[in-house]
Amino acid sequence: MRKKRVRRRVGTVLVAAMLTAACGGGEVGDPDAATGQTLTIWTRAATEAQTRGFVEAYNELGRNQVELTVVPNDTYLQQVATAAGGRSLPDLLGADVVYARNFIRHGFYTDISERLAETGLVEHLAPAHLDAGTADGAHHAVPHTLDLSLIFYNKVLYREAGLDPEQPPTSLPEMMAHAEAISALGGEVSGTYFGGNCPGCLLFTLWPMVWADGGEILTADGTASAMDSQTMGPVFQAYRDAFADGLAPASAAQENGISWLQPFAEGRIGVAPLGSTMLRLMPEHEGLEIGVAPIRGMAGGESTFVGGDVLGITSTSTKTAAAWDFLSWTLSADVQREVLTSGGDVSVRTDLEPTGPDGVGLPDERLRTFHEVVEVGRVPTAINFGATFNDPQGPWLQFARSAIFGPESVEEAVASFRPRLDSSLDVAG
Amino acid sequence: MRSTGTAAPPRRRRGNRGTDRPAQALVLSLPASLIVGLLFVVPLGLLVWMSMTDWPLLGEPSFVGLAQYGAILDGPLFLDAVWFTVRYTVITTVILTVVALGLALLVQQTRLGTGLLRTAFFLPASMGLAVASLLWFALYSDEVGPLSDLLMAVGLVDEPVNWLGTPGGALWSTVLMVLWRFAGFYMIILLTGLQSIPTQVYEAARIDGAGWWRTFTGVTLPLLRPTLALVLVLSVTGSLLAFEQFYVLTGGGPDNSTVTVVATIFRQAFTLFDLSRAAAMSVVVLIALVLANIVQLSLIRKGGDS
Repeated sequence: MRKKRVRRRVGTVLVAAMLTAACGGGEVGDPDAATGQTLTIWTRAATEAQTRGFVEAYNELGRNQVELTVVPNDTYLQQVATAAGGRSLPDLLGADVVYARNFIRHGFYTDISERLAETGLVEHLAPAHLDAGTADGAHHAVPHTLDLSLIFYNKVLYREAGLDPEQPPTSLPEMMAHAEAISALGGEVSGTYFGGNCPGCLLFTLWPMVWADGGEILTADGTASAMDSQTMGPVFQAYRDAFADGLAPASAAQENGISWLQPFAEGRIGVAPLGSTMLRLMPEHEGLEIGVAPIRGMAGGESTFVGGDVLGITSTSTKTAAAWDFLSWTLSADVQREVLTSGGDVSVRTDLEPTGPDGVGLPDERLRTFHEVVEVGRVPTAINFGATFNDPQGPWLQFARSAIFGPESVEEAVASFRPRLDSSLDVAG
Repeated sequence: MRSTGTAAPPRRRRGNRGTDRPAQALVLSLPASLIVGLLFVVPLGLLVWMSMTDWPLLGEPSFVGLAQYGAILDGPLFLDAVWFTVRYTVITTVILTVVALGLALLVQQTRLGTGLLRTAFFLPASMGLAVASLLWFALYSDEVGPLSDLLMAVGLVDEPVNWLGTPGGALWSTVLMVLWRFAGFYMIILLTGLQSIPTQVYEAARIDGAGWWRTFTGVTLPLLRPTLALVLVLSVTGSLLAFEQFYVLTGGGPDNSTVTVVATIFRQAFTLFDLSRAAAMSVVVLIALVLANIVQLSLIRKGGDS
């Protein structure tokens, strides 16, 4: 099945590429680039499906060959650091968007500003991602795949609990109220779930609840925290109360991300924020009918964490022209449609209407919600993002756990961890 | 050809014995020296050099002297990790040695089924440490692990055990896994030591009327001292360098309660991309290990001489 689908997609892309060439478009891609070269590309396992789609379609063109290496998410930084130290980075390097600044700072990426300007695409690329791949006004990486955080809810459980399955929560307190109603069903069912021991899961899902109401998490330059008991406090308190009241299973406190998806996919969770790329990983069954909605704040605003990957050409690559050919080709309208939107993903171009493979209807109506939230979404950028927020030994996880599970109060946790977040984010320090 | 070829060298050796010996020794030790030099001295030199520079991932390093060493204690994580690692080492070494010795004594005499027991005890040692950690991670899991259910079924506990969720639980769960993985390995070493003790000594003790405990403390333990020393050195060194078991089982958590020294080095190098400080930390750990081993061996040897 999968092979067939890929082949069909590849076929459509080929036709689209030929049409583009025949029309003399050539807005992107560089057919004159050195051909017959073999390029290497690294991507995180989280975005393997999308990158593989791009690579397979591009290899069919026969201009160059791209060899894909998929690296487990948890060891991506280590592998990149080792390769950089040994001057053996691949030609094209994907990066979790929140690491992009740090990669640029360490000189992993080459400057592609001029080439990108020639394509005229700059204003059409997901701005938050493009910004993350830009340093000192120079573009080093382009948006590659988007992974958005959204509320996922199980319509089956909504019906059983007497809630309206077409009315997802419109605020965080309402989400917890829904969770409470579903928890009352008892048995193996819980109202909500979260990765209580997973730094990435927590920031990916909780931060938009702050942004939704206009709060800030980081200062604009990413060198200090803007969290205080006014912004982050109510969100933590809501989760703290929910956990204390048993709205989430006890295993949420130990959830380190490995089985984050499992309880919801099994139909045991009522409503919880998850990632857009997870939709395709959760087949519906008689106990699971998935609805999606934007993440809400305390006062009802909406936002999303625009995660995913950016892609750049490494500074150690000797095949820049060929690498640029691939990079720019991935951004062309037809390729975006064929590889991303038709496969249930979000295009990294803001000027493209979400459409299915035939250019009209969507394969899945839920994708419309995905596309809509991109506009209100945010990508936080900080050079020391990984060490501060994503690292299990960084201060963020301890802060969040202390605020959600105690024993300190939320206010005390904010007061005691704020200086540690600041000093970890401070680049000079 | 063959006859001259085989006859000539002995003549030459005989004739030049006095003058060529050092040169010959040098030539003979050259392969070993090369291997030691390439695999140990050069990387060590590079490590020390790295620890005295600001070493970017890409680009040229610049010399900064001992600044990296001074900065090691800047973060609280390293000191906490040192304390945790020492605690873990003491706990693991004591329990591991006692259990391994117990197992070795259990299977010391050849009886029916001894071979089976020896194999069973040793079997976990044939598994990679990361694989063993993953296996136990699954066993400890709330979702899929049978361990809690088993304990509940036999009535030892009333509710699922929070194996890795509390600082104490995470430490002791890891110790249990390490015990399972290494006890058989150390048992084999101790068994070899036990079997090298002459049976006549035991017979003499028996004739003198010594009981089991007297024989154990008066004969077995003193004669087992060199083997025990080896076990202690291996266990202490291994525990001070603990990494995989915590990386897989606890990820340093919960709340950074199980971060080992090597985990902090790994974090410094591969999360913070700070290779030079990681190198400085590695040098400090190396020195600490050498000192620990010197102290350990000298104590044991001194005890043996007296």
